[in-house]
Amino acid sequence: MKTIHGDMSTQEITKVQELIYTTRVESVMASNVIAIDPSFTMSQVKDLMRDKHISGAPVVKEKQVIGIVTISDVIRSMEEGKLNFLVTDLMTSDVRTVSKDAMVTDVVNNLGRQGFSRLPVVDQDGTLVGIVTTGTLIRSLLMQMDKSFQKNEAEKLYTYRASHIFQDISSDDTSLLLRYFVNERDFDNAGKASSLIKRSLQRLMLLPQIVRRVGVAVYEAEMNLVIHTDIGGEITVEVRKDRVNISTVDHGPGIADLKQVLQPGFSTAPEWIRDMGFGAGMGLANIRRVSDVMKLTSSPGQGTRLEIVFNFRNDSLATTRSPQKA
Amino acid sequence: MNIREMVEVLNGKILVQNHDPDEELPRGGAADLMSDVLAFGSEGMVLLTGLTNPQVVRTAEMAGINVIVFVRDKTPPPETLELARDSCISLIRTGYTMYEACGRLYQAGLPGRGPVRIENNSW
Repeated sequence: MKTIHGDMSTQEITKVQELIYTTRVESVMASNVIAIDPSFTMSQVKDLMRDKHISGAPVVKEKQVIGIVTISDVIRSMEEGKLNFLVTDLMTSDVRTVSKDAMVTDVVNNLGRQGFSRLPVVDQDGTLVGIVTTGTLIRSLLMQMDKSFQKNEAEKLYTYRASHIFQDISSDDTSLLLRYFVNERDFDNAGKASSLIKRSLQRLMLLPQIVRRVGVAVYEAEMNLVIHTDIGGEITVEVRKDRVNISTVDHGPGIADLKQVLQPGFSTAPEWIRDMGFGAGMGLANIRRVSDVMKLTSSPGQGTRLEIVFNFRNDSLATTRSPQKA
Repeated sequence: MNIREMVEVLNGKILVQNHDPDEELPRGGAADLMSDVLAFGSEGMVLLTGLTNPQVVRTAEMAGINVIVFVRDKTPPPETLELARDSCISLIRTGYTMYEACGRLYQAGLPGRGPVRIENNSW
């Protein structure tokens, strides 16, 4: 068994550092912060601290932190017979606060090296939104480490399982079919299917350059469904040992002039779509450039079908590599 | 140039941090057209843009871009921040215009991707 002083492995230390650098203050603070009104006397502060089991609290006037009062201020007021003084007379008014969007590094620096034991957390307007102490910090960092550990382990397992499908399932020709439904004009979720497809292909351990090309093509195709159809559409991804076939099908308005839409720069997208950075008429050109085969079929009123193929050698799927050598 | 140095050069603010400040940035690029990002963006590139909608984050994700810089001190909507946190993309804001932000980074040694031939299929 490890002792308390047992070595933390370098990996563990790096994980803590990473968390400290990447976690925002907002997620490690306590948000049910007890604030003290400037009209309080030290005696009232003392009672509040006893009742709430706290050893310090920010003093807040019109939502702004104007000071901080701690148990040692209470002791001092008792020693000096100042229990009936206003909290504003004995509090520390030069308060160090931290933004809720700051990184936990800021907190660690202030709590540790500067010797503060609590930091009020404020938003952009300086309004008090929470408080961090070493206690809240350690608790939430431990929780996050646990979460990220579980997530890593789960991801490893998923990748293992997914990438073995081509070995574990016996058939003359195995393929994996993924279907995604895309809603028209749903910009909040536009790109979500592509993102899921990219992650799925990563789990299947396709080579990164192929994942990237598929990602670009399928994202452009998905945006076309979102922008140009009136009833959405469906994306199907078929993963085989040696290629990925993608088809997007919609029963939207269809396309009258196929030659025209294939011309780079041609677009029927309205202005507001262009304002979002889309609809420049480069989508199909991009898809054609990254893919090996692209086929567009459509006629007015009959919907549109786009088929995209990516060919690769068998060994692009890591799964088809020879089993690990011992 | 690493992320920390870039933030200094741009006098920027990190809005969402998902990467180590010491992580090296291979090159930079700028676009307000998402298809351009998909066409010319490269793995690990930092993207400077004036658009702040969530699709910018999606586009970056698909193009293998990890770091996005919003120019002219534009503050992205909460959905963009949220999506960036979920998709492991870092967001930075700078007060400089697109032109000046790019100029400062290039001058400080962050390269671009060189001439691009659109008819060339080998990107």
